[in-house]
Amino acid sequence: MHYLLTEEQQMIVDICRQIVDEKVKPVRAELDESKEFPWDAIKEIARGDLFRLFIEEKYEGMGTGIFEVCLATEELSRGDLSVATSYAASGLGLIPINVGGSDDQKKRFLPQLASGEKLAAFGLTEAEAGSDAGSIRTTALRDGDHYIINGTKQWITNGGEADIYTIFAMTNPEKGARGASAIVVEKGTPGFEFGKQEDKLGIRASATRELIFTDCRVPAENLLGREGMGFLIAMKTFDESRPAVGAQAVGVAQGALEEALEYSKVRKQFGSTISSFQAIQHMLADMATSVEAARALVYHTARVIDSGAKDVSRLSAMSKTFASDIAMKVTTDAVQILAGYGYMKEYPVEKMMRDAKITQIYEGTNQIQRNVIALDLIKKGVI
Amino acid sequence: MIKIKIAVCIKQVPGTTEIKIDPETNTLVRQGIENIVNPFDTYAVEEAVSLKERLEADESFGEEVEVAVISMGPPQAEEILKEAIAVGADKAILLSDRAFAGADTWATAATLSMALEKLGDVKLIIFGKQTLDGDTGQVGPELAHKMNIPFIGYVSAVEEISNKNIKVKRLAEENYEIIEVRMPAAISVGKDINNPRVPSLRGKMKAKKEEIPVWTVKELEADPEEVGLAGSYTQVVKIFTPRIVHDVKMIEGTPEEMVEELFGNLKELNVV
Repeated sequence: MHYLLTEEQQMIVDICRQIVDEKVKPVRAELDESKEFPWDAIKEIARGDLFRLFIEEKYEGMGTGIFEVCLATEELSRGDLSVATSYAASGLGLIPINVGGSDDQKKRFLPQLASGEKLAAFGLTEAEAGSDAGSIRTTALRDGDHYIINGTKQWITNGGEADIYTIFAMTNPEKGARGASAIVVEKGTPGFEFGKQEDKLGIRASATRELIFTDCRVPAENLLGREGMGFLIAMKTFDESRPAVGAQAVGVAQGALEEALEYSKVRKQFGSTISSFQAIQHMLADMATSVEAARALVYHTARVIDSGAKDVSRLSAMSKTFASDIAMKVTTDAVQILAGYGYMKEYPVEKMMRDAKITQIYEGTNQIQRNVIALDLIKKGVI
Repeated sequence: MIKIKIAVCIKQVPGTTEIKIDPETNTLVRQGIENIVNPFDTYAVEEAVSLKERLEADESFGEEVEVAVISMGPPQAEEILKEAIAVGADKAILLSDRAFAGADTWATAATLSMALEKLGDVKLIIFGKQTLDGDTGQVGPELAHKMNIPFIGYVSAVEEISNKNIKVKRLAEENYEIIEVRMPAAISVGKDINNPRVPSLRGKMKAKKEEIPVWTVKELEADPEEVGLAGSYTQVVKIFTPRIVHDVKMIEGTPEEMVEELFGNLKELNVV
């Protein structure tokens, strides 16, 4: 297939493919079982300069765009969604610094995230504030030249493993959503602790923990933008990060399609390979077509964002929703093609099916995405 | 600041273990076979790059380390030198000249040693323990002999390295040996020494732009009698695949008779 990649973009794909084949595939089943954070793979990704894709050249990045991030994320997801999620979550944690940080803040935090020496994490969700992000209760109250943070963030990807956390807290609780601010908190700050590692259906090797703040004093210079800009920064971040969730979905679907295709060519029943049966052929054809359609939408969205277009929420939501629904369907069909073997843990497709489910849920459920798409349609019309 | 150099000698080989020979011409069939870097040499390159990182991270060492990769071969061997740059080698040199063709291990060692001397100040030379095609494992020791420096083969770990000495561990028949020698020295490594890294994006972009110098007989100021076929003590006169003849004998009778006869046959063949 042709994706019109430049030489540099093809290099990114090749590097990720080599990491997946040599460093990820051999250990993915084991990590899924043990829930161990994939540090070896993350170090290889760091050494491969892939964290630099999120960051401008001025701050030790590669100065590339969302499209390059999507290419890397897709290839990593083809191997293992836990690894890809840990990679993408560091990106999600640092995009608020990209979009809302001052030059000084960028100089302070971005170079060490670009090299992958440190990971970032994004802390918005709370027990009572999921899709309804406006009801967060964590507070950050100004006290001289510090903020004092109190509250608990829930299900934070890279929690405990990351060193730099962008968290969203109420600096002015009376103002509701307009009273939220984005603040960078470093691991090791007194009053900042982690909850236990969650036991999940899929992406089991990725870290998911609570962030617990008890009178945690953070320097006021860690505030991104101004007080009250928290949700604006969060929404801008999501516009840029959602295509990467779409790319995760395309990657895991591609991985499952490859497994199903290979299996169908060797599995024999009734004296011939099951790939010779039309029932299987049509399933494979539908799977391949939908993966290709999802990829086209994700790539298009990423390229539109990189062109500097401002109004991208609808397209961004579409790419995440469509690709993740496709990923769930394709991974489920892959299990069906491998049938009894597919249901067993000796084969990788049951894990892909468990992993794929999260792409319909995190960074805004697909129901919330559909709200975004519909409201934008009704407000602005079809075009 | 003094710069110490680590050199790695690598070779491009056909990417297969099933080498086919054309019965007409008695030469290797190269068609349809992709050339790759000799697999053991990737461990040699990784060791050099990780030693560089280790030494440069050590503040008491205080010297800059340069990793230079050298290969003797046809112009297309440039590809494997670029791969070495992509995983962190600082520079690469290709030794390529028609006069180098037909070299045996001795003439290869001679040519490489001339290049290393031209490079200058090389403290450590690392080889893969053998190649996938020639399989001799001789070039390293022969080069060390020519340069009059110590050689330690089959190193499985570099325990200590300073700018004067190197202490290594290697697996012998039944035990590990820890050997310390002064540098310059040469070592060869196998798969147990490290886990080669994947190239980086910056490395690949640097490799793409890198102009790899080609040194010929002229640059090496070599005596044409010492290199290539002329400088070789050995010459491969013929390569052939032994013809395998399958001889099948059917044994009949009762199980006891068949066992008896089979045992007799195996005894005749000295198998039992």
